[in-house]
Amino acid sequence: MKITLLAFGITKDILGGRQLSYELPESATVGTLLQDLGQKYPQLEDLASLKVAVNNEYAGAEVPIRPTDEVVLIPPVSGG
Amino acid sequence: MDVIHISSEPLDTQTVLNLVQSDACGAVDIFIGTVRNQTKGKAVVRLEFEAYEPMALKEMAKIAEQARTQWPIDKIAIHHRTGILHHGEIAVIIAVSTPHRRASFEACQFAIDSLKESVPIWKKEIFEDGEVWVAAHP
Repeated sequence: MKITLLAFGITKDILGGRQLSYELPESATVGTLLQDLGQKYPQLEDLASLKVAVNNEYAGAEVPIRPTDEVVLIPPVSGG
Repeated sequence: MDVIHISSEPLDTQTVLNLVQSDACGAVDIFIGTVRNQTKGKAVVRLEFEAYEPMALKEMAKIAEQARTQWPIDKIAIHHRTGILHHGEIAVIIAVSTPHRRASFEACQFAIDSLKESVPIWKKEIFEDGEVWVAAHP
């Protein structure tokens, strides 16, 4: 399945854009997405942390991803 | 103006104070986060803030709700700026009104500490000779 991935902060630089179309297996979870991304973009492994939000909520590794979900990469936040 | 707000326009302290004004309260605490001219001795030319806005607003609202469960808050407002900021400009304003002073201090500190931990907003520091996403690397 194809999902739309949004990237902010340093992940936007690493992935080369704010929004990209990303191919995942049908049964993908947040965990498999992170694993897959780490292999394609090794610089992600150097970050202090990398979280994923699904539909505006932080999502653990076990959360399934569907094609209609809004999936967002959340590198270490630094607001304030 | 909403109590939870993200804007690329300059933030206004008086607007935020007005949002938490309460006749029932004897204390208003306000935190104003501003842009420094240096980081570890290195001159900062400007900062660039970006937010994943729908989720950031949601997380900011959650912080306000959590604070309400811990302190007797009448009103709480959290405003954050995005875009390009130069030194002296305001990046964030948090204001809390409570009946007595101690709760307003504590709730305001809780809110800014929580914001820095969980709200999806990112800050890039731009120096004369390069730029860095703050806190990205260990």
